[in-house]
Amino acid sequence: MATITLDTVRKVYAGGVEAVKGVSIDIADGEFIVLVGPSGCGKSTLLRMIAGLEEISTGEIRIGEKVVNKVDPADRDIAMVFQNYALYPHMTVYNNLAYGLKNRGMAKDEIDRRVKEAARILEIGDYLDRKPRALSGGQRQRVAMGRAIVREPAAFLFDEPLSNLDAKLRVQMRVEIKRLQKSLKTTSVYVTHDQLEAMTLADRLVVLSGGNIEQIGAPIDVYDKPASTFVASFIGSPAMNLLKVRKGAAGLELETGSGLTAANPYGRDRYTLGVRPEHLSLVEAGVPAGALTLKATVNVLEPVGAESYLYASCGGTGQEIVIRVESHARFEPGQEITLTAQAKDVHFFDADTGRRVES
Amino acid sequence: MYKSKLSDHLILILGSVLMIGPVLIVFLTSTHDAVEVHRFGLMASWGDHFTETYNKVLFKEGGFTGQVTGVRMLINSLILGIGFGIGKIVLSMLAAYAIVYFRFRMGTFFFWVIFTTLLLPLEVRIMPSYEVVQQLGMLNSYSGMIVPLLASATGTFYFRQFFKSVPDELLEAARIDGAGPFKFFIDILVPTSKTMIAAIFIIMFVYGWNQYLWPMMMTNDEAHFTLVRGIKQILLVWVGSQIPEYNEAFALAVLAMLPPVLVVLIFQSWFIKGLTESDK
Amino acid sequence: MKRVQFTNASLPYLLLLPQLAIIVIFFYWPSAQAIQSSFYLEDPFGFGSTFVGMENYTDVLGSNEYASIARFTIAFTLLVTFLSLSIALLLAVKADAVLKGSSTYKTLLMWVYAVAPPVAGLMGVMFFDMHIGPFLKVAAFFGWDFKIGLNYFDTAFAMVVIAVWKQIPYNFIFFLSGLQAIPKSVREASMIDCRSGFRRFWSIILPLLAPTAFFLLIINMTYSLFDTFGIVDVVVKDKAANNPITLVYKVYMDGFRGGDLGGSSAQSVILMLVVFVLTIFQFRFIERRVHYG
Repeated sequence: MATITLDTVRKVYAGGVEAVKGVSIDIADGEFIVLVGPSGCGKSTLLRMIAGLEEISTGEIRIGEKVVNKVDPADRDIAMVFQNYALYPHMTVYNNLAYGLKNRGMAKDEIDRRVKEAARILEIGDYLDRKPRALSGGQRQRVAMGRAIVREPAAFLFDEPLSNLDAKLRVQMRVEIKRLQKSLKTTSVYVTHDQLEAMTLADRLVVLSGGNIEQIGAPIDVYDKPASTFVASFIGSPAMNLLKVRKGAAGLELETGSGLTAANPYGRDRYTLGVRPEHLSLVEAGVPAGALTLKATVNVLEPVGAESYLYASCGGTGQEIVIRVESHARFEPGQEITLTAQAKDVHFFDADTGRRVES
Repeated sequence: MYKSKLSDHLILILGSVLMIGPVLIVFLTSTHDAVEVHRFGLMASWGDHFTETYNKVLFKEGGFTGQVTGVRMLINSLILGIGFGIGKIVLSMLAAYAIVYFRFRMGTFFFWVIFTTLLLPLEVRIMPSYEVVQQLGMLNSYSGMIVPLLASATGTFYFRQFFKSVPDELLEAARIDGAGPFKFFIDILVPTSKTMIAAIFIIMFVYGWNQYLWPMMMTNDEAHFTLVRGIKQILLVWVGSQIPEYNEAFALAVLAMLPPVLVVLIFQSWFIKGLTESDK
Repeated sequence: MKRVQFTNASLPYLLLLPQLAIIVIFFYWPSAQAIQSSFYLEDPFGFGSTFVGMENYTDVLGSNEYASIARFTIAFTLLVTFLSLSIALLLAVKADAVLKGSSTYKTLLMWVYAVAPPVAGLMGVMFFDMHIGPFLKVAAFFGWDFKIGLNYFDTAFAMVVIAVWKQIPYNFIFFLSGLQAIPKSVREASMIDCRSGFRRFWSIILPLLAPTAFFLLIINMTYSLFDTFGIVDVVVKDKAANNPITLVYKVYMDGFRGGDLGGSSAQSVILMLVVFVLTIFQFRFIERRVHYG
């Protein structure tokens, strides 16, 4: 068990490419941190720097109280689960789990105890004598987890461990990882590009873009108050609707056309305005108009079962928006609708920098 | 669906016959006696001198040269084939391991020093190579036969390609598991490369066994003759003889073909995999 | 290279040492010697040597004999390469097309790879032999008085046949595995787009095989130049006089049999240049192929 501290960590590759641009994070003991972002955002590099697989250009990484910049991966007291599992193909499951312990010179019966214990927790006891190629994807994933658990490390590092699994298994393993981490209480850093995985697993999310931290916070805080248009569009599915607006005669209006009325709470000339699909509702008889109203034309209705997504365009040919509607709702293409949202659900971002505007 | 036509099979059967036929006829002819062959030509039937001929070729001293038996040549061929195969694998695995898995000064330089050898086959520097081996006093020795043949990067190139295809994460996982360079090589890399090692061994064994020019230059002492080298001797004995010992010549040719052909047939899938995947 | 590498002060050098030592002693030293002695004239009785500059080269390149051997070598190389590639391609396409017995044909057609060139040469010599060779009877039927070892053309014919026979399996293995690497979906798409099997082969399959074919082209040329030594040696039986020989055989004859070290070395260096150019082509190509792969 340990804290992990990243202090203005940078990674510059030999070619001059700056993959990580001065990142600082304080990870508490037992915390589950998820690094999330699109590919190339530096999240894997950051994880690999914590693991010691990638040199740190400048800055400092501490595990516990110890600065580990120059410490060998084997001596950092961490365990890592790889995307492709990286199981040793010629070793049995038992030996895959035991290899790291043997290399530490641990006593045979202690190794045996730990391997059996990990196998019990992960329910892979029946496969201990098999080679990895005789296992299914999900079983390999468990073995990879087992290899991390037996070490009883100060921290778990996960590098997109679920991305090679099919959708159903992914959900199942996601729950399992969460449960396991809560019971072991081991500090964990988890890398993924899947925002749903990030939301469900994290105690705190770190959203990365272009080697910089966009936002750190509890999943629901990040969801409720995205710090930038990038976070707004990356977290949440379907993504938040973003509309270019400018100051008009009365409040705000769309840059591309008419149909929008909204107040201008911060008095600026231009914004990017954001509303989540679930926060837009239809103005019908009995539903009062909120702080924002928007006229739109229906394009297509996409039922997904529990709900439906309604795609519509507004502001002339301008922009397409998504509205989450009840699953049995009926709409015709070309139908004119009026939408509204409450003031607390309308987000304002700087039109140029994309940063959240709160004053 | 494509329908296989009769003509496809006919072409393939014709091809197979052209490949197998000559060897089969050579084998069948080797079971007849020399006079018969001399009189009637090549045989497509089983003769009754199989045991006699092969016994003579394998065990009789002086079958062709006065001093060396077929068994001796067979053993020499095995030594050359196996020695070359093992030497190649050990040297090239170590070198490829250094090149792929280590960052060190002059790494690129050494890479080119080694891979330049792919440019020039032994045949074009055969005379000076002979002189070097002579100066080192390695004529008529197994090491003299094997070691100069090892001076090429083919094996290193194969292993380099293979190591590059081994997932990076395997090394990363092993490092987190506390394995250093030695442990990683012995515990992880060598076992992972098993199939590749087998494939390269087969290719190299066949290559070594089939060497002709180099052993011919290197050895005039008959105790070091290989089977393939022996072929030349048969032909020299023939020149001027009344009734050439066709049957014995063919028996020797069959013996010279048999082990590499068997190895290639038995380990066919490994061999093809090694050949086609490593040449990329 | 790998994302993560070991950094160890001495280990990589130790690992490279055996390979480097052998390469320096048995590759660079002899190669350097070849270049050096190509500028010297060796005394036939072993009393030192004299520097003669480019004389060995001008002698070699000016000689009619060398020119005719070079011409033969080129013709031989082109013929062997063309024939063994086309026959192997035909067989590979057919073996890939048949539904039943594909792997049996593969086994039957590939194993000759393991036969040593001089052994193939010996067998060939027997089939074309004046006393016992069955081919002579066939040739005689068409009025061809076949004389291997005596008639230049007949000997060359036999050499080409043997060299092609020996090389077909190698090309076959590569063509077949190249064909089998073409995704099934691509074939299916081409079947929907194109009715004629021949056109499909010409416009879809052949372009996809082009990398393999180009690789084999270089390999076959080096094979014809160098690896056929055993075949040539067995066919001409040390009596090169009126027989066709290849350039490599000439290097061996002049150097080892004739004792003309300088001339032989100059020829070696000329051959080195030829292979060098061929291999540079191959390297450039390999790099490209790695990109695509």
